[in-house]
Amino acid sequence: MKELVIVSGKGGTGKTSISAALAFLAPQKVLVDCDVDAANFHLISGAVVRECHDFQAGFEPSIDEQVCTRCGKCSELCRFSAISAGVITSPLDCEGCGVCAFHCPEHAISMKDKHAGNWFVSDTRFGRLIHAELGLAIENSGKLVSQVRQTAKKIAQADHLPLVLIDGPPGIGCPAIAALSGTSLALAVVEPSLSSIHDLKRLVELTSCFNLSTAVCINKSTLHPENTRQIITWCNSKNIPVVGQIPYSEVFRSAIKAGTTVMEIPDNQDVKEQIAELWHNIAKMLGVPLERNEISFFQKFKFFSKN
Amino acid sequence: MKIAITAHGDDCHAEVDSRFGRADYFMLYDTEKESWKAIPNTQNVEAAHGAGIQAGQTLAKSGAGILVTGHVGPKAFKVLAAEKISMFSFGDSNGTVEEVLKAMLAGELKSIDIPSGIGVGK
Amino acid sequence: MIISIASGKGGTGKTTLALLLAATRQNITLVDCDVEEPNCHLFLQPKWQDSGREISVMIPHVHQDLCNGCGACSAVCLFNAIAIAGKSALFFDELCHSCGGCLLACQQGAISEVEKPIGVVNTGMASTLSDVRLLNGTLNIGTPSAVPLIKIMKKEVAGLSGEALLDCPPGTSCSMVTAIKNSDYCLLVTEPNSFGRHDLELAMNITSLLKISTGVVINKSDGDLSDESIQSLCDSRNVPVLAKIPHSISFARQYASGIIPDEFRSVAADIWRQIDSERGGKG
Repeated sequence: MKELVIVSGKGGTGKTSISAALAFLAPQKVLVDCDVDAANFHLISGAVVRECHDFQAGFEPSIDEQVCTRCGKCSELCRFSAISAGVITSPLDCEGCGVCAFHCPEHAISMKDKHAGNWFVSDTRFGRLIHAELGLAIENSGKLVSQVRQTAKKIAQADHLPLVLIDGPPGIGCPAIAALSGTSLALAVVEPSLSSIHDLKRLVELTSCFNLSTAVCINKSTLHPENTRQIITWCNSKNIPVVGQIPYSEVFRSAIKAGTTVMEIPDNQDVKEQIAELWHNIAKMLGVPLERNEISFFQKFKFFSKN
Repeated sequence: MKIAITAHGDDCHAEVDSRFGRADYFMLYDTEKESWKAIPNTQNVEAAHGAGIQAGQTLAKSGAGILVTGHVGPKAFKVLAAEKISMFSFGDSNGTVEEVLKAMLAGELKSIDIPSGIGVGK
Repeated sequence: MIISIASGKGGTGKTTLALLLAATRQNITLVDCDVEEPNCHLFLQPKWQDSGREISVMIPHVHQDLCNGCGACSAVCLFNAIAIAGKSALFFDELCHSCGGCLLACQQGAISEVEKPIGVVNTGMASTLSDVRLLNGTLNIGTPSAVPLIKIMKKEVAGLSGEALLDCPPGTSCSMVTAIKNSDYCLLVTEPNSFGRHDLELAMNITSLLKISTGVVINKSDGDLSDESIQSLCDSRNVPVLAKIPHSISFARQYASGIIPDEFRSVAADIWRQIDSERGGKG
């Protein structure tokens, strides 16, 4: 079983649109949305929630006001200025370290499990989707990412599916690290903007830290041909394969508006061809089946053209 | 000497598990008594972070001197090295716990001298 | 006055809006709080005033000769960052939250604290805009949490004279909240589609939780019906839509080449007018 994660560094380069298009093309897979604090994949895959699970992570203090003497020991010891003499004044600043509870002379504070969000198993047009909703201002996003990934892996193993397709979060912090670690291939979706190039370089530093195979897909490649060439040159110098170049197209915007994938919107052959080639390259790299059945890759391609 | 082998099941005919931190079971073989004991690692399979750290401590308590697994992440490596547990790898190969033990006793397995770059088991 | 610019979804145009707003205001500091992937400096090409200040957090350090392996530190660490192995404590920095709990728990005096660098902060004057200062934070690669770095930057912002614009990280998790907290006004940038709407709603929940006055800017607008769904969401939440920036390829091209687009500066000026009158109205 292989895990493909789609990441970008910079947000808004088209991770979810490309993930959805690949979800349309890949024959047997489990889908995962790891952008747990701004999940969108369920919006274009027609997700119907089948299971909803509570996600608990970390702890929060609970204070017994009857016992508390307002001595102020907790405020003295708290490094996050979250508590003041037995009153949680700034709950968002509390990291749940428990220092207040361990050192309360009256034992008035106990640490309780913290509800930190929900995660879901849904059915979509493209197969099973595991996604999540992190509670507001929660810091355990990496943990929730690990949770949805593990669930997806279990389902893939149980159903003998060869691929887990992961729509990753932006950035290079803890959720990105949790989404990337241990995957078979990281596909970085970049756009030919200086910002995106800058962010790609930081992302690749991270993936090489983790020894992960990385490939690049340039989205909106025609927006700025010179920057596109620059990305290709840089990738070549780093031995990172550029597995797709998708021209700038309004179809991405229309697809999101229509609540479908780019592959399901009529016309736009050039974009579809490039995405199909992207999938072809990735499937080859991963060694996963290209097709649902015997229909050859290019026949299916022609099938699109008729629509 | 006790040898621990990471496994998907709780007997010596079970498939080996290439993960350490999130292995389903540790199958513990006592070379003197020539006997097997299964140690479940279920709690860690569910853990999001630091599974390797917990698993390393569990293993140390079991008295194992040698660990045979697929990959050891950096956190687990730190714990196991501090506990002076020798680590050997069967890589990504499949097989039963018994087969892997044979290979281990025959000196066919490589020792793990550096952690794999990936913190979370594959 | 501190104005934060945020969005739930990434890539909606936070940085672009921050740059446009900076370009249309005198004597302002732009603060790049998106420390995982800071981009403002690419557009402002600042002359750095310093070689970068290294920012550190305090993490525990064990003195092996004093540690008796009792496990008290490991027992109180709710982040599971401490293991007892080989008869002494073993720390895992990447899980540590610098709470100091282990120090307090150790009866042997075997734990002290040492600095661990997590990132760098630079300041400089923009060379592409006049009278704009940049405060730029860069998180070290492989560092899981951006929060301590953002907190330190926010402290520097509090000490600044004049106005500050905060370009915040995407999402709605801890780093975004840390960035927008205590700002006087929050601008949420969105796109007129289901993704933008979904994530805007989450971001609005945060600003209302933090009780920050909020306004919305719709970017990449087609001027059609799809703006309506954002507008109706804003109406229902009593949040004003301050401006619409039309979808424009030439704009996107300029952004791609690292140029602060000339287009829509009047839109930015209009946003300032509205923020000023809202702030003025509050006295």
